[in-house]
Amino acid sequence: MLKTRIFTALVVVSNVLGNFSLTWGMRQVGRLVSLSPWPYIAALFNPWVAFGVSLLIVWLISQMTLLSWADLSYVLPVTSAGYVLAALAGRFFLHEEISLARWLGIGLIMMGVAMVAKTAPRAKPAARASAAGAAR
Amino acid sequence: MRWALVAVIVAATTVGDVLKAKGMKAHGEIHEFGLGAFGRLLSVLARNKLIIASVLCMAISFFTFMALVSIADLSFAVPATAVTYVFETILARYILKEHISWVRWTGAYLVACGVALLAR
Repeated sequence: MLKTRIFTALVVVSNVLGNFSLTWGMRQVGRLVSLSPWPYIAALFNPWVAFGVSLLIVWLISQMTLLSWADLSYVLPVTSAGYVLAALAGRFFLHEEISLARWLGIGLIMMGVAMVAKTAPRAKPAARASAAGAAR
Repeated sequence: MRWALVAVIVAATTVGDVLKAKGMKAHGEIHEFGLGAFGRLLSVLARNKLIIASVLCMAISFFTFMALVSIADLSFAVPATAVTYVFETILARYILKEHISWVRWTGAYLVACGVALLAR
């Protein structure tokens, strides 16, 4: 389904860019562990944090749209492709070292994504339906 | 402190995602993608109790994640929350009654292991 592919891509890209921007901004804001809401609200005035939050709102709405027709057990693994993008972006844009264990992690995630992406977004309980039919 | 924050994030994310999936299934498949349809969608969702509860959980998860990345590296924060893939697949099976084939179980497990390995 084309709309499943489009919304999956939107979920992945908005999540990766949103988290990157948010983390960048929080580095500038500094240490923040508080039960009071005010330090968090103050952090939102950092432009990187604000941009990150906007992208995460896009992420939330596109993920909710995808969930309106696709199973949660499909959406979650498939949209984890974002972790791979984030790691590769770190490698190619920020020139971070990627250890052997991390490459292995990237490989496992890509295998998991490919496997789940091959299943129907909304799996029909075929076995149960035929069992119910036989019972009738 | 770091692990306490991780526990809060994992619990809030898992509950929030299950409520979100349940709420969106109750709403039904979205077919229209225009600006007007988008406005109507938001006003309908704002009255969906499951979605409201889900947004509250996600807000808790989000602000806790902000606190976590302010005291720990992203390379600790992200892999530490990988276990949500396994929890959520189990809850999708038993609460959302999704049909999860062995291909999906294996896929979810590979993703969780892969995310955990990204820590190194």
